[in-house]
Amino acid sequence: MNHQRRTLLKASMATGTVAVAVAAGLLTPQVVLAAWPKAAFNAETMDGTLKALFGSKQPTASSDVQVEAPDIAENGAVVSFTVKTSIPNAEQIFILVPKNPSALSASYILSPDTDGFITGRIKMAKTSDVIAIVKAGNKLHMAKKNVKVTLGGCGG
Amino acid sequence: MSQKKMKIRAWVTNNHATVKAIIFHPMETGLRKDKATGKTIPAHYITEVTCTHNGKSVLTCLWGPRVSKNPFISFRFKNAKQGDTLKISWVDNQGESDALEAKIS
Repeated sequence: MNHQRRTLLKASMATGTVAVAVAAGLLTPQVVLAAWPKAAFNAETMDGTLKALFGSKQPTASSDVQVEAPDIAENGAVVSFTVKTSIPNAEQIFILVPKNPSALSASYILSPDTDGFITGRIKMAKTSDVIAIVKAGNKLHMAKKNVKVTLGGCGG
Repeated sequence: MSQKKMKIRAWVTNNHATVKAIIFHPMETGLRKDKATGKTIPAHYITEVTCTHNGKSVLTCLWGPRVSKNPFISFRFKNAKQGDTLKISWVDNQGESDALEAKIS
C-alpha cells in the first residue's frame, strides 16, 4: 500500500483548511502563531489590563524583582529599562506603564535557560511608574520605578 | 527591501550568552498624525519576536505599539557555547516579517 501518499494527502488537506480559515478572516496571523494578548494590549486602564492578563490574581510587591530606568527621561519616545529578577522559575515578564494610552507595553516569555534579565526601550506619554511583573509558577511578583518624562512620546 | 532590518550581537562568557539586538522598524502607534495631511498614520508595530538558540526557543517577546521605534532588546541565557546559532525572527501587525541568524562569538 502507498502509505506515504496517504500521509501527504492528509497533510495537504490540513494546511488547506488553515489557509481557508485565514482567508476567511476566522484566524488572524497572530492567533495562529501565538497567543498575543489582544484584550490586554487594548485595555485602557491599569485595572483592565491586569484583569485581562491575570484574571482576579493580584501581583504582590517583591524585592526579588528590580526595575532600572532613568529618573528623568528627556524624550518619552525612547525610555530604556532593565528588569532583573533572581526568582529561579520566572516564566514571563510584563512591562506596564499605567499612564500610557494602554498600560501594557511589552511581555517577554522566558525559557528555563533564560536568565532573569531583560533590557529594552519603551515609549512613555507622561511621567509615570514603570511596572515590571514577573510571573513565576502561580505567583506574580511586582516592582516599580518612577520615571519623570519631560517630552511625551506616544503621539497624538 | 535592500536596507538591513536587523542587527545581532551575541557572545559567551562563562557558559552564559549575552545577546543584543536591534530591529529597524517604525513602530507606529496609530495615534500619531501626519502634520502635512492631518491624517492619522496607521498603526504598524511588531507583535511578536522569537529568539531561538540552536533551534530551541530562549525568548519570545509579545509587543504592543508602546515599544520604541527601532526596538532594542538585550537578554542572557545559559548553556551556550561559541559557534552556536542564534536566530531572531519577528512578525508585525501588517503581516510583514523578517529573520536573521547570527553565530555566537
